[in-house]
Amino acid sequence: MSTARAAALAPGGSFDAEEVRRDFPILERTINDRPLVYLDNAATAQKPRAVIDAVTRYYEHTNANIHRGVHRLSVEATEAYERARGKVQRFLGARRPEEIIFTRSATEAINLVAQAYARPKLEPGDEIVISAMEHHSNIVPWQLVREQTGAILRVIPINDDGELLLDEFARLLGPKTKLVAVTHISNALGTVNPVHDIVELAHRHGVPVLIDGAQAAPHMPIDVSAIDCDFYAITGHKMFGPVGIGALWGRYDLLNAMPPYQGGGEMILSVTFDHTTWNHVPHKFEAGTPAIAGAVGLGAAIDYLDGVGLDRVADHERALLAYATEKLLSRPGVRIIGTARDKAAVLSFLVDDIHPHDIGTILDQEGVAVRTGHHCAQPVMERFGITATARASLALYNTRADIDRLAAGIDRVREVFA
Amino acid sequence: MFDLGELYQQLILDHNRSPRNRRRIEAADRTAQGYNPLCGDRVTVYVTIRDGVVEDVAFEGSGCAISTAAASMMTEQVKGKTAEEAAAIFDRFHRLVAGEPLEGNGSELGKLEAFAGVRQFPARVKCATLAWHTLKAALESTPDLVTTE
Repeated sequence: MSTARAAALAPGGSFDAEEVRRDFPILERTINDRPLVYLDNAATAQKPRAVIDAVTRYYEHTNANIHRGVHRLSVEATEAYERARGKVQRFLGARRPEEIIFTRSATEAINLVAQAYARPKLEPGDEIVISAMEHHSNIVPWQLVREQTGAILRVIPINDDGELLLDEFARLLGPKTKLVAVTHISNALGTVNPVHDIVELAHRHGVPVLIDGAQAAPHMPIDVSAIDCDFYAITGHKMFGPVGIGALWGRYDLLNAMPPYQGGGEMILSVTFDHTTWNHVPHKFEAGTPAIAGAVGLGAAIDYLDGVGLDRVADHERALLAYATEKLLSRPGVRIIGTARDKAAVLSFLVDDIHPHDIGTILDQEGVAVRTGHHCAQPVMERFGITATARASLALYNTRADIDRLAAGIDRVREVFA
Repeated sequence: MFDLGELYQQLILDHNRSPRNRRRIEAADRTAQGYNPLCGDRVTVYVTIRDGVVEDVAFEGSGCAISTAAASMMTEQVKGKTAEEAAAIFDRFHRLVAGEPLEGNGSELGKLEAFAGVRQFPARVKCATLAWHTLKAALESTPDLVTTE
């Protein structure tokens, strides 16, 4: 039993972030002789010992190619890889493991849907609906499809708090709408979108919905059956797993009807120079040797999150967000971009008219890691009439002490520019 | 540990607070736009040329303190210089901020030596050089948008 699991199951069931921190070796680092405060979790999350060990163990004991060897290692590697698929299935509340396709990233998962689901279906004038708060990874794949098919991109607007305008969304839906693709949680604003309502509205028009869950999976329990969406994309590295592994969940019947995304080994049943027969889902979409160790590491990350309990994580982060919001706003000159009622622990902020790049450099000197820039969401920045923000994005191992260090760092920023 | 004061020198903070030559030149002979995709900063550099030397130079755009101060001080340094002389200053300046060896002593850079601290902050080298890249493009009349990538 990991220390985090022990902490989560402690009497009273209270969540102890200090206990959780001990599971993450990198948090012992110092930057400029100060303990690292890592607040760039929306970019990538740190890895618990359990994930690092699972990947190492895989390479030290199991490594082989999967799905073809008859030797012991290949059998074990195949089992480990498919076991990881089962973990993702349960983690997302999917009905069947075949509905989980391993990808490189959430980006690749979205591109897969764009190319293998949308592209063959779209006629000139057909419409895809996205939102004004999407990450570039849920904009550009649709622009590519638009160029390939003559389809049209429609954008759900947001209000000044960074919330989707659902009435406007309802008006965008029509007979031409072929797909809705929206994020679950905005990486730049922290907005948690009402995905149940979005799916219900879209389904009334018979329109399937893809949810970009890259930012949601590390912070809240996900149940695709309850959301009732049609595709859901996640990425491993943001949920404390390795980089280079992600997953697409899709409804079995939709996946089954889709043509392959990439060609190669593994995705075929038989190949002659005249004719090739596709493999079944999910293998049809997993051409080439996949990131086996990455999948194993992702499985370990899911075990870790199960142990801690995502309900408790969500409670902890909610309390921390409230503390951080108050603390930041108590600093003169601080303005928070993204003030949705339902919000994840992301604080995009500005300090006076100091450029976020300067804020980031000075905070880094204080040992506080934040992201600065447009956060791969330039349309969001345009919507708020800015070019960049500084962003503190929290995770399960962050504490009030981290927020205090951030606040002190912001004071230092104002001193330098006084 | 790096010293923040070496990066944010008073001269740099002063030029950030009150940038020199931040204006548009309507009758510019040369204009170029620069873009730093890392931070989204954009800068436009305007140049007028008389008898082979930079008669007037100005910039527009907003960026971080380092990029704003670099643009501001650049305009002061290259006025009255030929394109070759300006390119030579940029070459030395680039070596200074990137931490590459300079032939001779650095004092030829004058006020621009205030940017020596940038070499300790590799993520900020592009901030210091955006306006210079853009000026170079303007002087060479490279038509396309210049980026720091």
